[in-house]
Amino acid sequence: MSPVAHTPIDRRSFLRLTAMAGGGLVLGHYVLPSAGAEGAAPAAEKVNGLFIPNVFIRIAPDGAVTIFSARPEVGQGIKTSLPMVVAEELGADWKSVTVVSGQLDPAFGPQFAGGSMSTPMSYAEMRRMGATARTMLVQAAASAWSVPPGECVASAGAVVHTPTGRRLGFGELVARASALPVPDEGSVVLKDPRDFSLMGTRVGGVDNPRVVTGQPLFGIDQRRPGMVYAVFQASPVWGARPLSANLDHVKALPGVRDAFIIDRTVPAGQLTGLVPGVAIVAESTWAAFSARAELKVTWEEGRFAKSSWDDFARQAGELAAASPDSPSIAEARRDGDVDKALAASARVVEASYSYPFISHANLEPQNCLVHVQGDRAEVWAPTQNPDGARKIAAEVLGIPPEHVQVTITRIGGGFGRRLDSDPVAQCAAIAQKAGVPVKLVWDRTDDLQHDHYRPGGFHFLKGAIDAQGRLSAWRSHHVSFGSNMGADDYPARFVPNYLLLTSVLENGVPQGPWRAPGSNTYAWVTCCFLDELAHAAARDPVEFNLALLGDRDLVTGTGRKGRPYNAARMRNVVRQVAEKSGWGKPLPRGSGMGLGYYFSHQGYIAEVAEVTVSRSGDLRVDRVVAAVDVGSQIVNLSGAENQVQGSISDGLSAAWRQELDIRQGRVVQSNFNEYPMLRMPDAPRKIEIHFVKTDYPPTGLGEPALPPLAPAVYNAIFAATGKRVRQLPISRTDLSWS
Amino acid sequence: MSKFNLQVNGRSHEVDVVPETPLLWVLRDNLDMVGTKFGCGIGQCGACTVHLDGNPARACQTPVASAASSKITTIEGLSGDGSHPLQRAWCEIDVAQCGYCQAGQIMTAAALLSQNPSPTDQDIDDAMGGNLCRCATYLRIRAAIHRAAELAQAGKEIRA
Repeated sequence: MSPVAHTPIDRRSFLRLTAMAGGGLVLGHYVLPSAGAEGAAPAAEKVNGLFIPNVFIRIAPDGAVTIFSARPEVGQGIKTSLPMVVAEELGADWKSVTVVSGQLDPAFGPQFAGGSMSTPMSYAEMRRMGATARTMLVQAAASAWSVPPGECVASAGAVVHTPTGRRLGFGELVARASALPVPDEGSVVLKDPRDFSLMGTRVGGVDNPRVVTGQPLFGIDQRRPGMVYAVFQASPVWGARPLSANLDHVKALPGVRDAFIIDRTVPAGQLTGLVPGVAIVAESTWAAFSARAELKVTWEEGRFAKSSWDDFARQAGELAAASPDSPSIAEARRDGDVDKALAASARVVEASYSYPFISHANLEPQNCLVHVQGDRAEVWAPTQNPDGARKIAAEVLGIPPEHVQVTITRIGGGFGRRLDSDPVAQCAAIAQKAGVPVKLVWDRTDDLQHDHYRPGGFHFLKGAIDAQGRLSAWRSHHVSFGSNMGADDYPARFVPNYLLLTSVLENGVPQGPWRAPGSNTYAWVTCCFLDELAHAAARDPVEFNLALLGDRDLVTGTGRKGRPYNAARMRNVVRQVAEKSGWGKPLPRGSGMGLGYYFSHQGYIAEVAEVTVSRSGDLRVDRVVAAVDVGSQIVNLSGAENQVQGSISDGLSAAWRQELDIRQGRVVQSNFNEYPMLRMPDAPRKIEIHFVKTDYPPTGLGEPALPPLAPAVYNAIFAATGKRVRQLPISRTDLSWS
Repeated sequence: MSKFNLQVNGRSHEVDVVPETPLLWVLRDNLDMVGTKFGCGIGQCGACTVHLDGNPARACQTPVASAASSKITTIEGLSGDGSHPLQRAWCEIDVAQCGYCQAGQIMTAAALLSQNPSPTDQDIDDAMGGNLCRCATYLRIRAAIHRAAELAQAGKEIRA
């Protein structure tokens, strides 16, 4: 048991700080709250002789600085980058900083990791946290020396009196600073970005030494005394219920403690929380897996038991051929007169694009550890959404959310999957019956067949080129599985005659956010069709797209998404990527360059792929060049480049071979042998990244570099071979040429 | 259940398990060495790579009974203190994103370097193709293997 396991967890005014130490030991520490309720300036807390100006920072008398990371680490590097922001403003010596993961606690503010939101939401706040502490340390030193604070600066873990060179380390200032009132956030002065010395440099991930030595960082690595191991068999057909199972047989198998049906859906009517199934509880993972191999369940399969991808595609084709007045077709946006413009145009291009469902395929299979004791529960989860995990566990258990304590572990890949907390819900239901700590582990088949998938989709497009070679009309009909393109999605607002129609296919497929949701496919459809139109207009694709982006700088939104589109930033990255990639250079037949660009997750990113296709159709991505505008400041250059490199390679992985087939209401593929992911020999041979700094607040990089990759590669394949491919993944199409 | 004496990272461990139990789960559940990871269970992803007598093996495909006669090395025992050239290079190049696959990557790379101290890009691709990285950090993995080869070479020169 951790030293704090039995301490009440619903006290609101404390911060519990947790370090994941060797052996899975959880060390708990309390820090008493800053009591600001009476309106007086709260004093900085002094616990065990530490200087604790706020919930994110602790400084010890020996000068050691601890910075808390509140957001889940899924591989996006946030556990390193946000503490760097704090350390920069604080003037800490990074070498003396220890970063510790915080538990779920309201004191930290928002703690989810999704939507590339962590940086834009927390950057300014982390600066203020660091600056507040630095202001107090400077005041402490100034009062020790009886000099004006303005003559003192904090740097490399010490305050220096500039005129005399006197110096006091942070540790030496702990007692004095702790006695000072915490200044009002608004009164602290932030550093001039020109004085940044840590941000913008390359800093290695703070957990790297533990990652490379195999320490128990991840959810699946957690362990509690007396713990048992569980598996959960949900129906391969989504939405089905177990009617019966050979439970007596399973319970008699070696190492099996219990087996039982859970016939609940939480939240009611949803496919992405607790769904009905059969649980097996055993003394080891292998005993649970082995018993599961003998489990036989009779399911009541429900109304989606016949659904198949082929039938979805057939329905989409019928919708495309239907009259726009059909009740199955909605009009999402209409500008000008598309029909008239199409009729009057010099050239009309018509095309249909389609893409399959794909899986997140996190390498760490879904898992969770829950210990229920009476009306309280502890949860250890690799979750991107710890508050969602708490809420669903509470709902399953029928206890108040504040009775659920959530420890956020390192996460073996997020990609959006772990914003949903279905494994937490399952594990909570099992642990409630088991009465001892339960670790639930999914196997790879569970993971592939019970994902919340990146939806497939169908887009039926018509574009018109006028006599001057301009894009004069764009007609699009998007047939989706639930979520459609928005009225403002590009190229809406840039084409005078524009029509977006939408339809939704009835289906029971669980869906969820997959890295750059929406954008990860819309960018492909849009940029590929624009490439077709550029060639139809006999114009260079870069020049054609720059012309389409026009001469307005900020294009305001009018539709339901309403987000302004900064065309100036996009033109800038398109120009940059063309220049850096050597766009237009002569290449031999079989090699080609293609452009993709997209605005997503607040980032403006353009990419050029250079590919070679052999005569027999083998594809190689020789080079990808990216121009990336995510605002004024790259926090961690190494982490930022890693995200862009990873997004590009992940985008290639998804585009090249990833595809799930659906038959008889279930996913056909069951493991990586049937669902090939990118491997080292197929990774882009070279990735060049150019960060373009602009005068906008810094934004995130977990997602926006992914969407432009697929169209860049497809357009490069066209340039190399003359083959226009309109379906994902690439592996569906024979690329051979002669 | 049967008793097996396993030599893991130079230490002897007795376990009492079903003989078919994959070494992966014995390491993780019985010996609490969780650096060796579960990814697919069918030898497709390489996250569970360990060394048996110095050769890379998929712990998920290795019944414990067949490992009992071998010297088993896991990521925890590769150096003991994180000082293996690959571990140093991994930190220096800042390879990891989520980090889940990296123990398996390092174990496969360690076997490569022990056979081939100065691998080419092609050698690395050939050796590493069985290890998935879902975050696709492949370019950094390749760079870190080259860097580790340099570090190992420099270490030899210093010792010599």
